[in-house]
Amino acid sequence: MTRAKKKVIKIININADKCNGCRACEIICSSFHATPRYSSTNPARSRIRVIRDPLADIYIPVYAGEYTAAECAGRDKYTIGGKEYDECAFCRASCPSRDVFKEPDSGLPLKCDMCESDPSLDEPMCVQWCLADALTYEEREEEAPEERIVGELDAGLEALANKHGWQQLMDAMSRMSK
Amino acid sequence: MRYAETGFNLEVDLTRGNIERVPTDPRLTELHLGGLGTNARLFWDRVPPEVQPFSPDNLLVFGTGILVGTPAPGTNRTIVSCISPQTRLFGFSMMGGFWGPELKHAGYDKVIIRGKSPELVYLWIKDDKVELRDASHLRGLGTLESAEVIRQELDEPHAAVASIGLAGENRVFFASIEQGRSSASRLGLGAVMGDKKLKAIAVRGSGDINIARPAEYMEICNEALRYIVHREKNPIEGVMPILRGLGSPQEMAIHDEKWHTENFAWGNARVRRKGFWTKEISEQWTNTMETMRTRLLSCHNCPMKCGAAISVDTRLCSYMMKCFSKLTYTMGAFSDLEFGLRIAQKATEHGVDAFSAPQTMAFALELLEAGILTEQDMPGMPLDNEGRFYWLLDRIVRREGIGDILADGTYWAARAIGKGAEEYAHNNIKKTEQLPLKLGMLNPMYYLMYSTGEKVNITQIEGNFPQAPFPTREEREEFVKDWVHVPDDRFKKWFVDWELRGKNSIPHYPPIDATCEIVNWQEKLHYIDDCTGMCAGLSSFPYKPPFHIHNLPRLISAGTGLDLDEDSLTHLTRRNRDLVRANNLRRGMTRKDEEPPADHWKRRFPELETRLKDEYYKFKGWNNDGVPTRESLLELDLEFVAKDFMERGILRDGQDPPADSEASKASSEGSES
Repeated sequence: MTRAKKKVIKIININADKCNGCRACEIICSSFHATPRYSSTNPARSRIRVIRDPLADIYIPVYAGEYTAAECAGRDKYTIGGKEYDECAFCRASCPSRDVFKEPDSGLPLKCDMCESDPSLDEPMCVQWCLADALTYEEREEEAPEERIVGELDAGLEALANKHGWQQLMDAMSRMSK
Repeated sequence: MRYAETGFNLEVDLTRGNIERVPTDPRLTELHLGGLGTNARLFWDRVPPEVQPFSPDNLLVFGTGILVGTPAPGTNRTIVSCISPQTRLFGFSMMGGFWGPELKHAGYDKVIIRGKSPELVYLWIKDDKVELRDASHLRGLGTLESAEVIRQELDEPHAAVASIGLAGENRVFFASIEQGRSSASRLGLGAVMGDKKLKAIAVRGSGDINIARPAEYMEICNEALRYIVHREKNPIEGVMPILRGLGSPQEMAIHDEKWHTENFAWGNARVRRKGFWTKEISEQWTNTMETMRTRLLSCHNCPMKCGAAISVDTRLCSYMMKCFSKLTYTMGAFSDLEFGLRIAQKATEHGVDAFSAPQTMAFALELLEAGILTEQDMPGMPLDNEGRFYWLLDRIVRREGIGDILADGTYWAARAIGKGAEEYAHNNIKKTEQLPLKLGMLNPMYYLMYSTGEKVNITQIEGNFPQAPFPTREEREEFVKDWVHVPDDRFKKWFVDWELRGKNSIPHYPPIDATCEIVNWQEKLHYIDDCTGMCAGLSSFPYKPPFHIHNLPRLISAGTGLDLDEDSLTHLTRRNRDLVRANNLRRGMTRKDEEPPADHWKRRFPELETRLKDEYYKFKGWNNDGVPTRESLLELDLEFVAKDFMERGILRDGQDPPADSEASKASSEGSES
């Protein structure tokens, strides 16, 4: 049986119209995630990138999302408010088609972790450093079904049952326990 | 490990096409920090005074400040240096934007260009990969156009590109180097870049910039950001709108132009137009700005928004503008704001300085009116006022006809034209066009700043001390309450006691000793910024900035690992300041070059002015000819300068300056190809 539970959803609101293109978000992100903390700066390691095309008046902060092994089959173009955007302008993926969201040394994918740290921050650093308010932070509580805590043994048995069927599994167990 | 700086320069010999990555000497960092300081040292060591601006031996150095690319807000400036074709002195001009940080991330503190390329080329720097590429297809293209072509052909949409336009290619003496959002405009650096046949430098980097003491560094940065928020919420009362906040004067954001349009002079720095700023004009200009400005823009890692995207055609951003270039064309041509914003787009693509270009054009039209130039000198020039400015701009950047003469700026053009044209080149200091300001009463602080500033631009030496007293003592007392920025409390008293009229007013107030201290303090801050790469807009320029003499030593120390306090940073800054001066003295600059335009103020006080300069020189450790004394040079570890000065006769035993040394005769008015 499951019971309704509150779950905190962390949201960064991006208002691209307010972005002045300063890249402070990239700088502080890379700096915060350096080891030791703040010991170096390198926007190429940042988990946020401002996709910039100044002469087209395009400034879009994008956060690093999941790694994807394959690039998209096609590239769509969007026209919004008279500006033409490449589909990749909005994409969060660390993917083979571009060099963003990869560690420059290792090529390993980067992903925004909302600056999770101990002690935890009030807001991710990029938001704190965006004085233009292009980035704002919000926490929203959502009803989430409580996940059943599944023990290791239960999980293993369930997997076996799924594969072989309960009957066969029980037969095997009674045979073996003799 | 090197902190804040990369520890490498890129040496590019265009004559041979040779590129080298050269480690720098950490001792030079300790002596000169970076940016302007190490640039000045390079010129001292490698560019003797015989080298002319358009010689292959002239260097063109793009030197980032030592803190550029670190998390400190506003650390994005590149100090570009060369021997200027306009002043024939050591010229330096700064640009913000994004170029400097990219260079640091690519792994270099400076790009040092020497020689001349046989063909037009551009330099492409991507981390360890550096190459000279053919730029013949970019010939004649605008600065922004070139940058776009380069980004596309390299498939590097985020490469930062510093480029020259037609003006630079044709060695216009006031050609700029444009970098999209920012530019190094003054003193003709673009002409030297063009002379070297270097169309652009594109850069993209992905390396780390290291911080020596991260926790301490971030504490100061976060404190500065909090202060910026506070300061933006609490603008300074009692000063003109553009100077209330931080950043460079907020020309892009603020519509109220009463102060500029009524106090600055129109045309060829001639006419004050009292009562110009009517409700009608205000509405018209506000509408122009609101229609044509599509976005306010920042430089790298700076919360200020001093720039703007301007649309003059169907594009949402036709070019990017900043600061007072908003009004220079408008006022030069006695036109309206829309004209100013439109012609500035062409001027930005051609790459010209927005102070010198409109003034040179207005100067030409004055000469025409005076009959010194005639219609024959200007065949095909349109009859309408605005059309004439477009026509003149085009002639100048192409060096066609009269444009070939005007392209040398008002000082040199007047001498070429003769027939009394010199009288019309009236707004120059050290052969360079100044802000069009013509005022009544001599201001002693401004007298010294105009005279002795070696950037030859008032905005690069003025700053933290208010430009005028507030009307009442109560207001002044209120102002100094949270004025933590001053070196000590005497500065507060000097300001509080400063009156608009009476005994404690200009020209005899502040007293000479106070005037020296105030001028020195303001200049010192600029010289620190020019070494760190911190934008003046967060430090040396506005009132009550987040960075000042009390927290900059901590910031620089935590960033670089050097151990600097106020005294040692002040000492280092004096060293750099004197080294800049040494470069110029060796090239023949003398005390007589250190004068504001004769008509800058209506009321002049020759005796007071002489005393001011005498006392200020003394204060600076300079002799009466403005040459740092031997004693002072030794104190600053500049023994090599003292030795050179003795050999050249610029200094003599007993320190008496030669009245008119051979060295200064040879190079101050030296011939130029």
